[in-house]
Formats: sequence, C-alpha cells, structure tokens
Amino acid sequence: MHVGLEHYLVVSGLLFSLGLAGVILRRNLLVLYMSLELMLNAANLALVAFSRFRNVLDGQVMVFFIITVAAAEVSVGLALIVALYRRRRTAHVEDLATLKL
Amino acid sequence: MTDILFYLFAALTVGCAAMCVANPFSRNPVTSAMFLVLAIVSMSGLFVLLHAFFLAAVQILVYAGAVMVLFLFVIMLLDLKEEERRRFNRFGVAAAVLSVAALGGITLITLVSGAPDVAAPTLEGTTRPLGFALFRDYVLPFEIVSLLLLVAMIGVVLLSRKDLK
Repeated sequence: MHVGLEHYLVVSGLLFSLGLAGVILRRNLLVLYMSLELMLNAANLALVAFSRFRNVLDGQVMVFFIITVAAAEVSVGLALIVALYRRRRTAHVEDLATLKL
Repeated sequence: MTDILFYLFAALTVGCAAMCVANPFSRNPVTSAMFLVLAIVSMSGLFVLLHAFFLAAVQILVYAGAVMVLFLFVIMLLDLKEEERRRFNRFGVAAAVLSVAALGGITLITLVSGAPDVAAPTLEGTTRPLGFALFRDYVLPFEIVSLLLLVAMIGVVLLSRKDLK
C-alpha cells in the first residue's frame, strides 16, 4: 500500500497520544516538559504532511514559527523550573500543590 | 523504497517516543532526554521523506541541538537523584488510558470514514521557496517572532537571577 497522507496522520496522532499520556502519567516536571515537546512535534509532523499533500507551502512556514516559539517557550519554562527548584528544592508535581483548593 | 523508509522512520519515532515517555528500565530523566533526541532525529527523517529539507535541518539544529542541550543542562543543574521513587496514581492511570483511547478512537474513526483524495504532491520545501514565503508574505510574523525571542531572552535573564523576588 502506497504511503499517503493518512499514514503520516496516524504517526502524528500516535505521537500526540504518547505525549498526552506522558503529561498525565509522569510526575517529574522535566519529563512532563519533554512530553509537551513531543506533542508540539506531533502537530509539526501533521502540518508538514498536510503542506506536502495539498501543495501549499504555508504549513511549512507555520512549522518554522512553531519551532521558534517552542524554543522560546522551553527557555522560559526551564528558567521557571530552575527558579522553582531553588526555592522549593523539588521538581515533582505532587510536591507543588500550593494552589490546590 | 520510500515506503520502506517511511515505515522504518515511523517505527523509530514512535518507539523512541514511547521509551521517552514510559521507559520500563529506567526512570532517569537523562534517558528520557536521550530517547527524545532519537525521536526528534528520526522525525526529521520523516520530514525529508515529505520533501521538507529545510525544516529537517532546522529540526535537528534547533531541537536536537539547542533545546535538548538546554534540557540536559537543567537536568544536570537540578540534582534529581532522589526522584526515582514512584507514586503511581490510580486516577492518573485511568485518566491517561481514557484520554489516549478517546484520541486514538477519534483518529481511527476519521481515517476509516474516508481517506482524502489528494493530487500527486509536487511541493518541494527547499530553502529558496521557503525563504521567498518567509520574507515576502510572512515578513510581519517573522519580525514579531524575533521580538518574542528578545522578550524570552530578557525574561530568562530576569528569572534566573539569584535574588528573585
């Protein structure tokens, strides 16, 4: 069977599901962050596949912007995690329940 | 040939992503980061198969290069030795299984209900057309993104000060 758009979309959906499971299941803040990156990458893959099979370049430009924004987001998020760790001495989500009702 | 390569890269990507999220052998965040690097590199292989050559290069340079190095630096900075303990939450497992199953079901239903008919792809994502698109149609977003990077840089410098108020 020839590889088409739906094959790439299945891979993208699988990656997104894996990232979502990681965000829900894991308790380490850094691994949580990596799972978020995985979900962003799944969206990127879907965008590139759509761009290729619809013959429109705009999807790839959007992926370019997503990569840039993700880099900025990672830098700020990791700085936040480091600041949090300095104050609370933990990177475990269960120990960070101050805002919990 | 490209079909075989697609299945190879897809299996590599999904397998490495699974090992990054739920590694049965090690709970170490460094292992997760390494498997995420592998997943990203094999995903750039998928980008090459989609003729998005420039994005494949950017993916490796920015993600596998810069972002993952940042991750590893922070992992080294926070001494995470005692994080090996596991506290599996039954509610969390149920929620994860449910949401992932729902998402997979939606994907499956969408795909079964009819594959979209597409023309033969001719698009080439090389640097030249992408550069024309970026600097002609998308100049304003491009400049705004550069401003965003500046803001992120200032924010990081401010956040990582020792006496954060």
